Amino acid sequence: MALFQTTNYNNMKRLIIIIAAGLLAAPGFAQENVYPVAPQKGMFLIEDVTVHVGNGQVLEHSAVLVENGKIRQVGGRIAVPAGTNTIQGGSRHLYPGLILSNSNLGLVEVNSVRASSDVQEIGDNNASVHALVAYNTDSKVINTLRPNGILLAHVVPQGGWISGNSSVVQLDAWNWEDAAYKTDNGIFITMPALIARPRRGGGAPGAAPEADPVKQGLGQVDAMKQFFRGAKAYTAAHEETNLGFESVQGLFNKSKKLFVRANTVRQMLVALDFVREFGFDVVVVGGADAWQIADLLKQNNVAVILNQMHSLPTLDDDDVDQPYKTPAQLQKAGVLFAINDEDGQTRGRNLPFNAGTAVAYGLTKEEALSAITLNAARILGIAQQTGSIEVGKDANFVLCTGDILDMRGNVLTHAFIQGREVPLVSKQTQLYERYKAKYGLE
Amino acid sequence: MRKRTLLAALLAAAGGIHAQETFPVAGIADPRPEHYALTHATIYKDATTVLTDAMLVVKDGRIVSVGTANTPPAGAVVIDCKGKFLYPSFIDLFSDYGLPTVQRPAGNFDFFARAQYSSNTKGAYGWNQAVHPEQEAYRQFAVNDAAAKPLRDLGFGAVLTHSKDGIARGTGAFVSLKTDKEHSVLLRERASAHYSFSKGSSTQAYPSSLMGSIALLRQTYLDAQWYRSKPAKEGVNLSLQAWNDQQALPQIFDAGDKWNDIRADRVGDEFGVQYIIKGGGNEYQRIREIATTKATYILTLNFPQAQDVEDPNDARFVSLADLKHWELAATNPAAFEKAGIPFCLSAADLRDPKGFWTALRTALNYGLSETAALNALTKTPAQALGVYDQVGSLEAGKWANFIVTSGSPFAERTVLYQNWVQGTKYSVRDDAWTDRRGNYRVLVNSASGQQEYTLQFRENNSASLIGRDTTTSRFYYDGRQVRINVAPERQPGSTLSLSGIVNEDNWSGTGVDAQGNRITWSATYQSPLPTRADSARSKRPQGRLGAVTYPFLPFGWTDSTKPKQEILLIRNTTVWTSEDAGVLTNTDVLLAGGKIAGIGKNLPAVPGARVIDGSGKHLTAGIIDEHSHIATASINEGGQSVTSEVRIGDNMQPDDINIYRQLSGGVTTSHILHGSANTIGGQTQLIKLRWGADDEGLKFAGADPFIKFALGENVKRSVATVNTGSNNNRYPDTRMGVEQVLTDAFTRARAYERAWKVFNTAKKKGAVPPRRDLELEALVEILNNQRFITCHSYVQSEINASMKVAERLGYKYNTFTHILEGYKVADKMKAHGANASTFSDWWNYKVEVIDAIPYNASLMQRMGLNVAINSDDAEMARRLNQEAAKSVKYGGMSEPDALKMVTINPAKMLHIDRQTGSIRIGKDADVVLWSDNPLSIYARALYTIVDGTIYFDREQDAVQRRAVTEERARIIRKMNSEKRSGAPVQPAQPSYYHLLSCGDHNHSHGILAIDDQVGADGAVSND
Repeated sequence: MALFQTTNYNNMKRLIIIIAAGLLAAPGFAQENVYPVAPQKGMFLIEDVTVHVGNGQVLEHSAVLVENGKIRQVGGRIAVPAGTNTIQGGSRHLYPGLILSNSNLGLVEVNSVRASSDVQEIGDNNASVHALVAYNTDSKVINTLRPNGILLAHVVPQGGWISGNSSVVQLDAWNWEDAAYKTDNGIFITMPALIARPRRGGGAPGAAPEADPVKQGLGQVDAMKQFFRGAKAYTAAHEETNLGFESVQGLFNKSKKLFVRANTVRQMLVALDFVREFGFDVVVVGGADAWQIADLLKQNNVAVILNQMHSLPTLDDDDVDQPYKTPAQLQKAGVLFAINDEDGQTRGRNLPFNAGTAVAYGLTKEEALSAITLNAARILGIAQQTGSIEVGKDANFVLCTGDILDMRGNVLTHAFIQGREVPLVSKQTQLYERYKAKYGLE
Repeated sequence: MRKRTLLAALLAAAGGIHAQETFPVAGIADPRPEHYALTHATIYKDATTVLTDAMLVVKDGRIVSVGTANTPPAGAVVIDCKGKFLYPSFIDLFSDYGLPTVQRPAGNFDFFARAQYSSNTKGAYGWNQAVHPEQEAYRQFAVNDAAAKPLRDLGFGAVLTHSKDGIARGTGAFVSLKTDKEHSVLLRERASAHYSFSKGSSTQAYPSSLMGSIALLRQTYLDAQWYRSKPAKEGVNLSLQAWNDQQALPQIFDAGDKWNDIRADRVGDEFGVQYIIKGGGNEYQRIREIATTKATYILTLNFPQAQDVEDPNDARFVSLADLKHWELAATNPAAFEKAGIPFCLSAADLRDPKGFWTALRTALNYGLSETAALNALTKTPAQALGVYDQVGSLEAGKWANFIVTSGSPFAERTVLYQNWVQGTKYSVRDDAWTDRRGNYRVLVNSASGQQEYTLQFRENNSASLIGRDTTTSRFYYDGRQVRINVAPERQPGSTLSLSGIVNEDNWSGTGVDAQGNRITWSATYQSPLPTRADSARSKRPQGRLGAVTYPFLPFGWTDSTKPKQEILLIRNTTVWTSEDAGVLTNTDVLLAGGKIAGIGKNLPAVPGARVIDGSGKHLTAGIIDEHSHIATASINEGGQSVTSEVRIGDNMQPDDINIYRQLSGGVTTSHILHGSANTIGGQTQLIKLRWGADDEGLKFAGADPFIKFALGENVKRSVATVNTGSNNNRYPDTRMGVEQVLTDAFTRARAYERAWKVFNTAKKKGAVPPRRDLELEALVEILNNQRFITCHSYVQSEINASMKVAERLGYKYNTFTHILEGYKVADKMKAHGANASTFSDWWNYKVEVIDAIPYNASLMQRMGLNVAINSDDAEMARRLNQEAAKSVKYGGMSEPDALKMVTINPAKMLHIDRQTGSIRIGKDADVVLWSDNPLSIYARALYTIVDGTIYFDREQDAVQRRAVTEERARIIRKMNSEKRSGAPVQPAQPSYYHLLSCGDHNHSHGILAIDDQVGADGAVSND
């Protein structure tokens, strides 16, 4: 244990040297004492940096002034009082903090360990549950996301027809109340499959035909709609409290969005019902076949979270790069979309590279960046506060030595959440240091 | 009593029961001479020998004579067959007629249930419940008229029946379809021995995979040979005894798929057995390979039904391969005929046996000749079974098994009147023996006088009665009875119900009119109906049929578009050599004869070379994936903790779209590993991604053999305890036990090696050789550096412990794969001499990976280990260059070194660095031209070249995409028109595919992917 602490003490010194500007004292560095940082007070300036705004604009040799956690000014040169903490960007790039738009972060620690999972409640209708209250700010996964530029995450319940309330969290917090960035911003539902299930035994002779899966699924959708109709009536008048109805009230006044897990055309078209009948703000989550109906999604103002860029094409017959080029197809049609990373084996940290892949298959770099920053913020309902480096927004951004979308450039020197400089130390960097020390490597 | 009378009556109707000498006479003896002369017939003695105006004489079940003399022998009942045709009745070699239904275990395979590791069979039988050669069909066979009749009605007279259950199924019995005592129906009680790859009703854990079934068969051949020496250690083994006793019989293998056919034939070749193979109906997709088996095939006619794909959202999920198979399945028998492969036809596998003739006529319309079809139903099965001296043609001395028809059995309007089995006549459509259809004059006599009508008798259930009006009557005719019911809608008062008896062309009877008055009536034949042409031949396939592609998947090539090895000159590009030469700019690379033939600036032009402009692009060696699970039919043999006898190479599956997808990501060589279900897994297979090659053609020739080992959570089946408490009952359950499994296996391997050395050096006369053990043989190869280990491993304790076992027992870990805590014991691995093949950044999906760090590769590399980045994932394999690039970010590895982790480093650990893995003159021309720096997220493979052959070309891919779209549209149109024409359709069947993985999977591969980490551990299925 002594060795462990010594190692980390050395690491701390090194980090302090990197933060030569002396902006903020770096907190302790063992995993259990990587402290959340106190609110940022006063001003600091980042100068002579390439600013990727997040809305498509790139500002070369520009400066960003932050005061009390907010972006106060963005410009070529910004005059500041003497003594203002200043970071020289040099050849570095300033990007908005990346947003993981659909995640089980903090709800599942180790996938295979049931006891470490709080993501899925029992039952079909869990409209009233809140993911936020189970969000574990001490998950070891959180600290591995920040060094790759991810500063915000949409934390989402799973399972059932109606999974419950999601929330957006910022990734530097003592507890879930601290972490809450936007509480209960969405209700998640899961569209039934609406497709025939695989036949057992290859459809043996004489096997009974299964019930029409589409009709069955549509029956489930009707049951969900019945629930929302009940909730609407409940708004007008009710005698007894119904927690589920209470929970979805925000959908009607659009303080919440309806996130619909759907991948096939049929599922997505059925999701439009919720726009037409109830006027909800609908977001499709998944969207594997969204490219087939991009124009309809655009017409109906339905946004899409492309859940897992790095996946195989749906059918053998599909273009081999279909999932990679879907973003470019949505972009062309004008659909509002976000790129996500839900990979259970890497735990979300490859978000920037998922966006990078979309660039290789048709997006511009700045469009791809928007898909993991400003557009994600719009979809999650937090664009007023974050998603781009613009005046008045929270100072959520990262300083990167190169192209954040490419593994070769994605090396961060600083990350700021609401102006607080957050540590880029994780359990993994600590183990790295520990074994470098064992082997005498530098 | 009543029941027995009924049965007796039935049997009498069927031609009388055969007198059985040893059976006492009940009642009064009733001996009858079964002696018939069928005269003036057209007789097909076999498919090509036809006698006209000929006579067949039958006595006591056998044919006495066939010839053109028409003088019936005295004492024979004469049947005038003028205008009739006689054919040998048909033989089905793939039946389970008369056998009890196999009781299959209820419910689905439960991964979490406690497993059964030994056989449930009681008695002195073999160790594996799925190997039961001791089961003999003839001992269980019971005549079953209800089951025999539908087959007789189709024209079958004899079948080979066996219990379609298990891997070694025991013997089949050749029986006639006569409804009589079993004693006379059993034509040959032990006629065949049967095998398959499916363990059927066995509830025993092993084998749980296709390759496990293959290994079990191979081992059983060896055990049975060894058992001939009556080894004292074995005692009595009735299964091996039975196995040996039935080797001289025709050996029939239920393979059920084109690749399985070839796999079965290879097992046979190894042990000097030529199987008769029951195919799967998709052999036309690889008919050249099928021909090389030299087997006789049994084919069924269960062509897929059209699907209802009118809704594009249904069609969306039906793959081109399934659409094409629908279109081409009926060409399968014709493909056999064309290729000269002997085959039999069977009525098995049909949704409804009644569909046999429709399906057979479809096959004829798709190119099968009538002669071939008739042979396939008569002579070929009889010869295959060695019973052509008894059945299969109409010759004196053979069983009198024949059908009587109105013409060629293949014509749609032909009527099959009778099916004679062992000299006993079974009526099929005797009512139509004389065609009584035609116009009849009907006279109805009532109190009010006589009325005259004309009856147009068209079919047995269709006629019109014409008086003042034409009325379509309800009509019934069966040759003996006739009923006419008239209920004209416009004249409700003039109903008429007539019932009568047929006396050839004079009918008479009684009836009632609308008022209830009794009437009498009679009818007399007047004139024939106008004839209609046979329409069978009008159903030839419309328009062109799609081409067979290799593989039978989208983006496959046809014989005319097959990619060929070329001379390729890639000009002026950036060459990442993965050699000491590093990265060369503005350099040319020449590929010729499948090798890298030149590297340099401004290479001279080469005649015949195709020049590719590489400017602004990057050339690297082809990517080598050290850990992959694509292109196989099964991946995990989890039935035991030590399964070194199973071989991935036994069950390659070339029809895997992931080969093409990975070529599009620059992969040229993949190491296909057994899964991680057990400590000592199976033998691996190195392949090159030669898209379209057959299973042997994929294999990397001359490479050192490897084997997969595994440690940790998967082998101790931790997953079995997730929801159900500790259900694991397979040793080991801890890392302590894993270490002991290794120790024990290699201790036994040493003893095995010693036993053979003793035997081989002594060479004593009469000495009994030790039993050959495929499991231990593979381990002995490891001990002798003839086979090399790649070991799934995560945590430092298990890595360390396994190396210590190896060092103690004299073997070595060539490679630790996954090795996510390799960074903790990199120094020890270096000392052991192990290579490391890892993931770039996986972690925290299970407990043994919570200390995984993305700096692992960099740390191990800096410690001097040879490090590779692998995929273990069909999706990630398409981006391995970018996975390697993550070590640039995590740990600051140089870019050329990072690229080496997916090129030369895996080549070294696979011992193929002399052939491939870098750009060096003389090496295999396995290279990739990238659009960008190969480590960049923006890099796309433009050309992927294997052995100098361009297997992926991004421009050509764009052309192929359009072709796939057009071909889909064409067949969907065709299916839709089939539906509109009234043909039966089934609901659209989404083309789900099973994605095999090592056992660790926490991300989606799309809605049609069925993650087979459980299935791979589950029951093997031929479906």
